[in-house]
Amino acid sequence: MIRGTIKVDTEICKGCELCITACPQKSLGLSNNINSHGFKYVELIQDNCTGCINCALVCPDSAITVYRQSKNSIKQNKKVTV
Amino acid sequence: MINKCEIEDLELVYEKPKTLTDTPMHYCPGCGHGVINKLIMEVIDELKIQDKTVGVAPVGCAVFEYRYMDIDMIEAPHGRASAVATGVKRVNPDKYVFSYQGDGDLAAIGTSETIHTVNRGENILMLFINNAIYGMTGGQMAPTTLIGQKTSTSPFGRSVKNNGFPLNITELISKLDGAFYVTRHSVHKPNSVRKLKKAIQKSFEYQKENKGTCFIEVISNCPAGWGMTPLKSNEWLEENLIPKYPLGDIKVPTKN
Ligand SMILES: Cc1ncc(C[n+]2csc(CCOP(=O)(O)OP(=O)(O)O)c2C)c(N)n1
Ligand code: SF4
Ligand code: SF4
Ligand code: SF4
Ligand SMILES: [Mg+2]
Repeated sequence: MIRGTIKVDTEICKGCELCITACPQKSLGLSNNINSHGFKYVELIQDNCTGCINCALVCPDSAITVYRQSKNSIKQNKKVTV
Repeated sequence: MINKCEIEDLELVYEKPKTLTDTPMHYCPGCGHGVINKLIMEVIDELKIQDKTVGVAPVGCAVFEYRYMDIDMIEAPHGRASAVATGVKRVNPDKYVFSYQGDGDLAAIGTSETIHTVNRGENILMLFINNAIYGMTGGQMAPTTLIGQKTSTSPFGRSVKNNGFPLNITELISKLDGAFYVTRHSVHKPNSVRKLKKAIQKSFEYQKENKGTCFIEVISNCPAGWGMTPLKSNEWLEENLIPKYPLGDIKVPTKN
């Protein structure tokens, strides 16, 4: 499986949950914590993200940055640890 | 929370476009305006036309988008964005010019400007954000509001008898000779976002070739005005708005 991960800008996130629904891997959930604006923010709740960018595409506040295992390491079938 | 990630050789695959400023957006949580603003800037980033693009935003919830879009922006009076964009394009034919207008703006107070801009075939991109309501002013009925849809000025639902039929202005202007490319999209799913981005790309390419008016309607949500959560609003959009305003190309350029 291709491995990926995301970074959420927790101060920008408004907790709208659109990314949670858009994630085919069900990797995302709302945190129990709130940011300084009073919004619960999104976080990874499973380590099965594939870096498909669906969550970032639908995020109205551009709060998500996505990373993926490089093509090189996929080719070499490198072991990854998350 | 899972925050430790030690994937070897991580590659950045998606980040916020560089031409979108870091200013937090004032839109309500889950509002489609944010996605559309971001997409326009992604295209401008990729085409490397930041210093060659002028946007025109009138009154409506996107009135502050000049804070987010790091390009030259002009504010237009309500309804007049396409007229202002016409002027900008005519004196700066080398610039890429777009207007960004809500349904209250483009299809109500600005109906005349909309029709005549397209009829003249002005070489601009008109982005029409249809959320079937006046979002900014507190959720009043718009020309695009559906039959039966409750708004603050149609508390029992829009009725044909009192309010007439929902106005499908995009189909209307598509019949005009000046309309070169007319298409309808949404941003409620990852794939719809991808398709809209392609349509914006195409429109700027057509504009470079002086083809005439490109018109993109985006069916968007207004969770605050509709009185729904963002997730519910996207479901409602899919079940109600899209059947009335079907997605896809309405007028595509003929070959040659
Ligand atoms: C000349 C004039 N008339 C009325 C208004 C009040 N007004 C501000 S925004 C708006 C409607 C906005 O609706 P829409 O264009 O659909 O944008 P949205 O907020 O839904 O994105 C109205 C009527 C105004 N600002 N100027
Ligand atoms: S990148 Fe894809 S898999 Fe990873 S969290 Fe986002 S939507 Fe889910
Ligand atoms: S879509 Fe964006 S703003 Fe909404 S919950 Fe996800 S990260 Fe937060
Ligand atoms: S009022 Fe509606 S259109 Fe305006 S920002 Fe809020 S959700 Fe978006
Ligand atoms: Mg509107």
